Formats: sequence, C-alpha cells, structure tokens
Amino acid sequence: MPRLVSHPDEVKIVTRRFGQGAAAIERYLELGGYEAAKKCLAQGPEWIIDEMKASGLRGRGGAGFPTGLKWSFVPKQSAKPKYVLVNGDESEPGTCKDHLIFLHDPHAVIEGTIIAGLAIGAKTGFIYLRGEYRYLIEIMEKAVADAYARGFLGKGIFGSETEFQIITQTGAGAYEVGEESALMESLEGKRGVPRIKPPFPAVVGLYGGPTVINNAETIATVPHVIAMGAAAYAAVGSVRNGGTRLFGLSGHVARPGVYELPMGYNLKKMIYEVGGGVRGGRGLKAVVPGGSSTPVLLPEEIDIGMDFDQVGKAGSMLGSGGVVVIDDQTCIVEFALRTISFYQHESCGWCIPCREGTDWLKKSLTRFHAGFGEAKDIDNIQYLAENMMGRTFCPLGDAAAMPTLGFVKKFRKEFEEHLNGKACPFAKHLDLAVV
Amino acid sequence: MSLETMSVFSPKLAARLDALVLKYPLRRSALVPMLLYAQDEIGYLSDAVIAEVAERIGITELEVRNVATYYSMLRFKPAGKYNVQVCTNISCMLRGGYEILERFEEELGIGQKGMTPDGLFSLEEVECIGACCWAPAIQVNYDFHDELSPEQVPGILAGYRGKEIANA
Repeated sequence: MPRLVSHPDEVKIVTRRFGQGAAAIERYLELGGYEAAKKCLAQGPEWIIDEMKASGLRGRGGAGFPTGLKWSFVPKQSAKPKYVLVNGDESEPGTCKDHLIFLHDPHAVIEGTIIAGLAIGAKTGFIYLRGEYRYLIEIMEKAVADAYARGFLGKGIFGSETEFQIITQTGAGAYEVGEESALMESLEGKRGVPRIKPPFPAVVGLYGGPTVINNAETIATVPHVIAMGAAAYAAVGSVRNGGTRLFGLSGHVARPGVYELPMGYNLKKMIYEVGGGVRGGRGLKAVVPGGSSTPVLLPEEIDIGMDFDQVGKAGSMLGSGGVVVIDDQTCIVEFALRTISFYQHESCGWCIPCREGTDWLKKSLTRFHAGFGEAKDIDNIQYLAENMMGRTFCPLGDAAAMPTLGFVKKFRKEFEEHLNGKACPFAKHLDLAVV
Repeated sequence: MSLETMSVFSPKLAARLDALVLKYPLRRSALVPMLLYAQDEIGYLSDAVIAEVAERIGITELEVRNVATYYSMLRFKPAGKYNVQVCTNISCMLRGGYEILERFEEELGIGQKGMTPDGLFSLEEVECIGACCWAPAIQVNYDFHDELSPEQVPGILAGYRGKEIANA
C-alpha cells in the first residue's frame, strides 16, 4: 500500500479526504461529498464555467491549460453527443499522484466528472485508468456502482431531470495513450496513435462528438473549487496559477512522497524542507521538476516558485509535478540514457522524427555510456534532439527531445568525461533489457 | 461457431464479456479491456482467444492483432502464473530498481521475459508503473510491492509459492 506522507507546509484541499476511508460512499457523504455537484446542478453551466475560470485552475496533466477556458470551447449545440473523458493513464515517469486519488478519493473523480458534464452539457463521462492500475480500477468501479445505487448517476441525477452516466475503462500498457487524441483512439478500441489537430477534441473528439479531456487530478480538484469558492481556491496559489498541486517527490530525496503544496511553492524549500533534503546527506546534482519529459534543473536553478509560469521562465516545465531528485553520485549520461530508453520504448512509430529520433538517441547514448563515444557524438545527440522538436503529431517526440537537450547542454562536461574509451566515472551498470 | 458452446473462456468470463460489449456507445470500445481480461484468464492471447475476441467485437482477427500488438501488457506467449514486473525507470533506478531486478534474476535463475521451468514465475523489466514515490516498486501480476530492498525478494517469492501450496 502506498505510504501517505505529511508536512506542515501542506495545504490539504484535494488530499483532505485521503486516509479517511472516503472510498466508501457513506464516508464521502459524511465528509461533505456530492454537495458541490448538487450546487452545480442548481446553478447551471454558465455559472460553473465562470467559477472554473475565476479559480485559476489549470490542467494538472502537464500542459497547464486553464480548465474553465477549455470547457468553454465546447459548442453549446451539437448534433453528436458530447463527452467528458477523464485521463487516468498516469504514465509519466516520476508521477504517481493520480494513483493516490483513485485509491483514497474515487468519488471526488466521479463528482468532478459529473460537474464537468453539467458544464458542457454532456450525458456521458468516461474514466480511463492505465491497465496496470487494476486494483484502482476495481475501487473506481465499486464507487461508480455505489453512485448509481444512490441515484447520483443515471437517468435523473440527484432527483433532477438531468441524465449522466459514467463508464470506466482500462488501458493495457501504453504511455502514449496519456496524450489526449491517442487516449480517444484507445477508448475507441484502436491502437493509441495520435490524431492530427485541428480539429481539437472540444469540437471533434470521442466518437466524433465534442469532448472535454481532463487529467484525473484536475477533475478531482473541481468539486473542491466549487465547495470552497473560486476566489478562495485561487487565493491559495500564485499569480495565474490557482490552488494547490500534488507534487510527487521521488528519487534521492530523504522523504519521498506525494505532498499537496500551494502553486508557486519554492522548489528548493520543497526538496530540503518538505522532502528532508538529499538522502544520506549527499550533495544535490540535478532536479527533474515535472516528470521525465521536463528539462533538468541545476542546483543553482531551483530557487524558483513551482507554478507553470515560473518553471517555464527557468527553462523547464512544471509538467506533471513529479519532482525527481538526483544526487551527486549519479551518472547523468546513464540517467539520460534511461530516460531516452523509455521514450524509445513508448514511441508508437507513427511520426518518423520520433520513431527514428528516439531510436538513434538511445543507440548513441548507449554507445556513449559504454565508453565508445566520440566528441562529435555530443553535438549529434543535440542535433538529433533539436530536429525532433515540434515535428510530430503528439508531444512524445518533444517529451523525448527536451530532457535530452537539457542533459547535454547542462552536463556537457560529464558527457566529455565519458569520451574515448574511458569507463563511466560512476562505474555503474545499465543493462537495458527493456525493448 | 456459437459462442455459447465454443467459448474458450469460463462461463463467468464469457458472461462478463457479453456485458462488456454493451457498456459503450460503440461495441469496439470493449476491445482493449476484453483482450486484457481474456489474457488474465487464459494467460496469453492465443490464436483461439484472438478468434473469439474478433467474433465478439465483430471485427477481423487481423484488426484484433493490429490493436493488441500496440499495448505492452498484452502478450502472445504464455507467462508464468506469477509475472514479476520490475520497474527500472528513473525514480526506481535511483533507488535501486536494477539491484531488485538482479536479485530476482538470481533467485529465479531467469532473465528478461524468462519463465521458471515449473511455469510458476516469469520475469519482466517494465517501464514506470506509477509508484515513483514508493520506489523501488514491482508488480506481481496486478499486486504492487513497494519500497523494496533486494533482501525482501526471497520473501516475496516465498509468499507466492506459499499461496500455491495453500491452493493445492
């Protein structure tokens, strides 16, 4: 069972029901559950969207798109049914926040989905979980069944005339399905290959109908925004970044775990105070701030606020909020190789720059790490990565290229130390069996 | 063929799959879960499984294979009754994921995608399983085991062996 952690600096909004048995519907109701959905039902779609806009809530999947604005893009009238699709394909290395949401607060996901449905005028919502999360799918399915039994889902929800149904779905192992168009393909029973945009999902999405796709954390946040009020929620965060974020501290940190902290919380403080610093009293070498696809930050670059804008300004991305701490005994070339091996494994091969680029990067870095690199390889790695950027249907190509560019640019010296038959200075093995 | 008389699945799973195709606006949306549930019971996607899934969904076997080959959890060869999946992605790697993998290799005497002669265990190095803050982590079938050290590996295996003896 994943361990829950706590720190005095946390502001528990989304996590406030964690560890309190809220997966049981009675307990969820005792803790104020489903009141937000009832309120939204009474207030209507325009009010909901205005609240979401005022809350400053931005997409927790990684892109940080304003949720209220996203919902407002869905046409009011549509010949085809509209859908809400909750993205619980959580697969970005360094990220395990949705894991805890599904485990501890499945009804918050259901309630948020209902509210999103009310906002856009959808009658059906889908909650898609990655296939590896089987025990969490079972928890979600039980919660959905309980919500139906109470009349919170179905023909007339909460005794109204409004209909809303929720369908759960399991994936079967695919990082790329976390991308919204690939997610829709997968849900339609196909290979998770991305679609070209436009049209955007808000216009032509699932089964050709207008579709809102939100990350599970975003959706689980929605009922709290309604319950506490948009202004109060926005006030917790930083400028243009409302509320809190579930930050996942992992890697060489003394106290790893998922911590709910206000948007804009200082990264250095997060690592040293919340996370207890680097494990074993070692020095800090680097930090991956928002999941494996985000460019690495050096120790001198981490005195920044963790929100979408400030991390962007520092040359990286807030991404999924998965903060990976790397100590000074780690080989960055090896870390870069393990990162690119993942993207090479997950590339679907649809777009050539990603398919070929990830493969060549993996080959180059493998050779490099083994001590058979040449000086020109460093520039070649950079050249390959630069030429993947922005040239693919979905962002997987960028997700592979961006961290690689960061490693090469910021740790060029360490790459050079691997040159000309010299063994890795850290003498670590990396037997890449994953193919 | 009639699915009632010729199904390769148990009556319980067959009934579940009958309901599954009616769950979605389009029947085909049942494909990925159907393949996974079928694999859970049969152990892998055999030719017979592919054929029955194709018939249940109403698409060709080729279309089923085309989709199935995309998803990393789906397999076309048997695995052990307990498939040990060790994550070695970054967060796990930093906390000893490769050491965990090595220990499983030693204890089981098998390598990547290998299976023990008794068919009880198979081993697989996998990508991120969403347990980064509780690294290093593994899954045995769908069970998570997290915050592991190599010393715990024999105990985990003994636990599953014990389960077999209890079920025998």
